[in-house]
Amino acid sequence: MNGGGKIALYLGLAVAALLVPQVPFLQPYLIQFAFLWVMILFAMTWDVMGGQMGYNSFGNIVFFGVGMYATAVVQRDLYFTVEEYANVAGGEQAALTPAEYLTGLALGMGIGGMLAVLIAAVLGSGILGLRGHYFAICTLGLGIAAGELASGWDYIGAGSGLVTPLLPDALGERGPFFYYVFLVLAVITFLVLKRLYAGQFGLAINAIRDDEDKADALGLHATRYKTVAWCVSGFFLALAGGVFGNLVIFIDPTDVAFAGPTFGVWMVLMAILGGKGTLWGPVIGATVFHLTQEFFWTYLFGWQRVALGLLIVVVVVFFPLGIVGWLRERWPQRFGEMVDEDARRVQVSLEGER
Amino acid sequence: MNAILEVENVTKTFGGVVANNNVSLSVPKGAIIGLIGPNGSGKTTLFNSIVGYHPIDSGAVRFQGVELSRLRTPQIARLGLLRTFQQTRIFGKMNCVQNMQISLPHVDDGFATMLRRFPHEVTERAESLLEFVGLYAKRNLRAEDLSFGQQKLLEFAMALMNEPATLLLDEPTAGINPTLINGLIDRLKRANAEFGITLFVIEHNMRVIMNLAEHIYCLAHGELLADGPPDEIQSDQRVIDAYLGAH
Amino acid sequence: MGNLEILIQAPIFSVQLLIDGLLVGSIFALAAYGMALLWGVMNIINISQGDYVILGGYVTLTLYNAGIHPLFGVPVAAVVLFFVGWAIYRVVIFRVVDRDLFISILATFGISILLQQLMDQIFGADIQSAESGLGTLFLFDDRVTVGQIKLVALAVVIVVSVSLVLFFKRSRMGQAIRATAQNARAARLMGINTDRVYAMTFAMNAAICGAAGALVVMTWVIQPFIGLAYTIRSFMIVVVAGLGNIAGVVAAALGLGAAEQFAAFLLGAEFQIGFVFGLLVVILLVRNMNLKRQRRVLK
Repeated sequence: MNGGGKIALYLGLAVAALLVPQVPFLQPYLIQFAFLWVMILFAMTWDVMGGQMGYNSFGNIVFFGVGMYATAVVQRDLYFTVEEYANVAGGEQAALTPAEYLTGLALGMGIGGMLAVLIAAVLGSGILGLRGHYFAICTLGLGIAAGELASGWDYIGAGSGLVTPLLPDALGERGPFFYYVFLVLAVITFLVLKRLYAGQFGLAINAIRDDEDKADALGLHATRYKTVAWCVSGFFLALAGGVFGNLVIFIDPTDVAFAGPTFGVWMVLMAILGGKGTLWGPVIGATVFHLTQEFFWTYLFGWQRVALGLLIVVVVVFFPLGIVGWLRERWPQRFGEMVDEDARRVQVSLEGER
Repeated sequence: MNAILEVENVTKTFGGVVANNNVSLSVPKGAIIGLIGPNGSGKTTLFNSIVGYHPIDSGAVRFQGVELSRLRTPQIARLGLLRTFQQTRIFGKMNCVQNMQISLPHVDDGFATMLRRFPHEVTERAESLLEFVGLYAKRNLRAEDLSFGQQKLLEFAMALMNEPATLLLDEPTAGINPTLINGLIDRLKRANAEFGITLFVIEHNMRVIMNLAEHIYCLAHGELLADGPPDEIQSDQRVIDAYLGAH
Repeated sequence: MGNLEILIQAPIFSVQLLIDGLLVGSIFALAAYGMALLWGVMNIINISQGDYVILGGYVTLTLYNAGIHPLFGVPVAAVVLFFVGWAIYRVVIFRVVDRDLFISILATFGISILLQQLMDQIFGADIQSAESGLGTLFLFDDRVTVGQIKLVALAVVIVVSVSLVLFFKRSRMGQAIRATAQNARAARLMGINTDRVYAMTFAMNAAICGAAGALVVMTWVIQPFIGLAYTIRSFMIVVVAGLGNIAGVVAAALGLGAAEQFAAFLLGAEFQIGFVFGLLVVILLVRNMNLKRQRRVLK
């Protein structure tokens, strides 16, 4: 695609995304569209680790949950004591002014994001030293352990969960509000990742994916790159988690915050479905997954989770390249790559064949 | 001649197996030094010990006066001591130019460098080095699509891109088409002469090493057997015995 | 931590916990042994390991509900799971054996979710168990109790283990599996049908898990979604013991069983699963730190 076409495409997508809440017949589905942005955030942030860097994490959901709880706790403790809050949340909801609500949300997201970065850096110093399947299974354990821990911690509501403040009426309907918040978050995340991938960071984490020992041997600060990658991934997931808690209102420790069997698996599946290690793959994968899920899965009457397992197996075994990955193999030139079939067979002449 | 790399009494064992026993040698600045020895004599282990792949049991390794035995591989690489691998290692899913770009020296990397984009000069330098090893026409191909010999050349070019002071090459001609070997010897010599890179080379091909190195060390059973100029080594009875298995 | 005082005041409780833990641990050893087998022979880490255990439990439960004594569930579950394993190999696993490790992890993860949800649909999400009808032993002036079924389970574990060892030492198939584990390519050149060996290995692993599941449903409880904990336990045990080290697997499994009992008693039973997964993280990190001194990593 040439530069002009690219700009036109980006503009078109932006306008379409901004206009969705204005289309009358789409308005009842705005919450579903907000979920779509969350799914895209899931897939993009997972792909930093799993796709671009080759560190397949099953535990990224930890940051989502941490951000969600941190935000909710800040929103609660800023204006209430724990007992007060328990009382108002049980009966009529805590009524906050728009200013209070937004302050709490922003502050909570900021703290949640920083907490996620801190956790990624601290845990990463140990866990990122593991490679391959050890890393994958260790992060799997991490995600579940975090959920179990949250289920037993009274301060954050333990197993009975935590309720977030309701959106004040003055801020409008829930649908458009959360639609736009998640849209902005997803676009910022996309642009930040795009910028990161364009420079040395992108090449460095790709190099770590292809051969970490070689990257070490070249003097690359591999540990630093890995840690920063996890921090970036965790930061945006935590922000998403913070808003997500407010969207669903009720935070359950294992079904919403640290929802490994659903969100935790979906983020991996969506990134692979779209094409891991590509910029647009996770976006496309998440969109395809979410739309099919919304339109199609309701007809499965409870068997959708069985279908999810089946889908994972089918995608992983038969379609591991994903949509964008497959297109790239098929038409490499369109992606600015060159492939020379002969090159696999013919030895190059040392005398430079210009 | 002052030595740029000094190995002093290095011993390395794996379980009960002594891979290197009390090996001492020195590589003078600007020289091309060879390391030979029969299979299993501990050549690659010695390379690994030098660049910090595994800790050594005893002894010392000094590079430009810096003690290396406590440092880790990336730190040693950033000091300017680089190695290539016997089983060639490149970044398969990236194209040749990208392979070169990420091989820039990382000595001054800070957090800000993560965001660095590669200026035109870097790409030009990458392309000229690819041309130097004869891979210019393949520069936009994915590295995994290159033949084994080409990958070997790419790895060599990546090492040059890293601007090392000393380069340890582990069997640079293994798996390379015999008709191309003369060209490769020429490239190695030019890298030494034009870029001032000290070379320390493991090689099985006697013709290559005799042609290339000015001084050769021979290992056998993990111990230093002999050293000297090529013609001396070539006629050394102990070396011949070691290769013929009379040891 | 209030329970710590109980342990100090009445050390006999420790004996109770230790016995329970060792008996439970012996069942872990079976599943872990199967995981080490798959890992060693096929280089696959099977995330659905624990779900075969649970499925074996449900097979036994079905027999039990039909009025058959659950002890018969051990051989029946083993046979049923053998065929389930064979089928799963023929449909999915053979396509991922030689591929990237993460592909096999994810594929078995998908199978795990599939099995969990199927069991949930068919048997319901409730916690269930099968009564063996055997009595209870009272030791130390009745202060320590041991369900006889747990001793029977231990006996079954021993019988299964011994027959497995004999199978690998003596039988033609056992030797072929060992040869394939050492070098699949060489084994192929020697005329061993490695595809058959893999199918056999995978099916045998499922059968072992099935037998373990039958014991779990008699001595403990099952539920469709607790399979993953058995997978993680098996993985942990193999990581601690190392591949191809049967004595190590048994020791690590017994140790884990005991550690879990103590943790559940001291921290509260609701933290037992959290303890298992937390322990996994700790064990991996500690192993990696030890390797780091050799400038190596877990990979």
